[in-house]
Amino acid sequence: MKSKDIPQDPSALDKFTREVCYAVGEDGKYVTGLSRGWEVKADALGITWEEAEQRIKDAVQKIQSGEASPILFYMEVNLMDMPTIAAYTGFWQWTIKRHLKADVFKGLSDKKLQKYADVFSVSVDDLKAGRLIHGA
Amino acid sequence: MELNFQHLQAAHCENGVTTNLLKHIGVEEITEPLAFGIGAGIFYIHIPFLKISNGPAISFRTMPGWIFNRTCGALDIPIERKKFSSKEKAQQFLDDCLAKGQPAGCQVGVYFLTYFPKEFRFHFNAHNIVVYGKEGDNYLVSDPVMETVTHLSSYELERVRFAKGALAPNGQIYYPKPGKPVTKERMQKAIKKGIGHASWFMTETPVPILGVAGIRYTANRIRNWRDSLGPKVAGSYLAQLVRMQEEIGTGGGGFRFVYAAFLQQAHAYIPNDTLLEASEKFTAIGDQWRTAAVQASGIYKGRLTEQKDFNQMSDYLLEIAEKEKQAFRLLYKMKW
Repeated sequence: MKSKDIPQDPSALDKFTREVCYAVGEDGKYVTGLSRGWEVKADALGITWEEAEQRIKDAVQKIQSGEASPILFYMEVNLMDMPTIAAYTGFWQWTIKRHLKADVFKGLSDKKLQKYADVFSVSVDDLKAGRLIHGA
Repeated sequence: MELNFQHLQAAHCENGVTTNLLKHIGVEEITEPLAFGIGAGIFYIHIPFLKISNGPAISFRTMPGWIFNRTCGALDIPIERKKFSSKEKAQQFLDDCLAKGQPAGCQVGVYFLTYFPKEFRFHFNAHNIVVYGKEGDNYLVSDPVMETVTHLSSYELERVRFAKGALAPNGQIYYPKPGKPVTKERMQKAIKKGIGHASWFMTETPVPILGVAGIRYTANRIRNWRDSLGPKVAGSYLAQLVRMQEEIGTGGGGFRFVYAAFLQQAHAYIPNDTLLEASEKFTAIGDQWRTAAVQASGIYKGRLTEQKDFNQMSDYLLEIAEKEKQAFRLLYKMKW
């Protein structure tokens, strides 16, 4: 890449910093330049977020149809996959899979719910009442 | 309290932390490309069956911590590296470092990193920052990918130092200790070692998912993605590949441009023109990675949907694999 070709496409980077790129200058020597972003990768990031939003929508639907517990919604909102939520809560993955079922969830103790509530930064009452808060 | 620490922005976090910490103890010659090359940061792996954020597990860089360790090792600089199970002890150790006047590198998770905008906050736990002071409850933070310094409260810092999941940092803290001054001979030796390591790894390891063979593996997988996953999921897999390759912290082209810059700088220490020849090859390879990314974006934007488009993507990667093989072989066989 030539230094004059360092892309300057608007992207989410604009919210906090420009990034360093390495590129070849006029005399053939490497130089660094700052970039606002590149459309190709901004799109890649966009796709990833669209997908995350879709997963949240799917979760809401599953919860409303009684298939899944609110934990699924908060997992998706927090972008957590099974290994990640297991690491944060300390539960085994198979335990969490059970907790994702609506009827198992109803019987969960406050102590267990508290662990989820802490990780998701919501209250136990919100969890119990099935309030789906998608804020931050 | 604020230590006398110079924040220099870098393309990649661990390179930046390594460079800035080494400069702090008086290794003036070090630059980001040199740290990356001596630390043999260039890499490729595609781990089959494992998924990260519901996509393929691909990495263009070596394991977190290795660039710092290898660079300091090759320059004969002693290091301190500690992990913690107790949050209190982790904070105490950091405070003690600062009290001694020692800025400290910390491995952190990105998800709870408050100064990152939401768009970049994933459960990625191998980010690196330097803590170089404390004012009241705020730690002063030099994050190498940022243009300016920033800060985190003690709670915010604890949260990112003890992020959980894959590659959990466990409060990991590290810094180089002042050692012997780095002579020109030491630098030459370190450069040779770094090039030897990377070129051996990329071409000689007999594992079909590592190095150049790994790129070929990805290429062959991509050919099947449209049929086996459907165009939509296949598109998001490619988006993940592009993010690993180009996202903030790579310097573009999957680190290949940083490596080309390294080879150019290495030439200043070891005037062997093979280094310049290889540098040009890596520039071309980096450009090709970006051409492939453009093709991938056509697919994940839904503009390109046919099997021939996936074949084209696959062919790009096969071509890259062949070119990288030639470039690394050139370095591997180099007569110093």
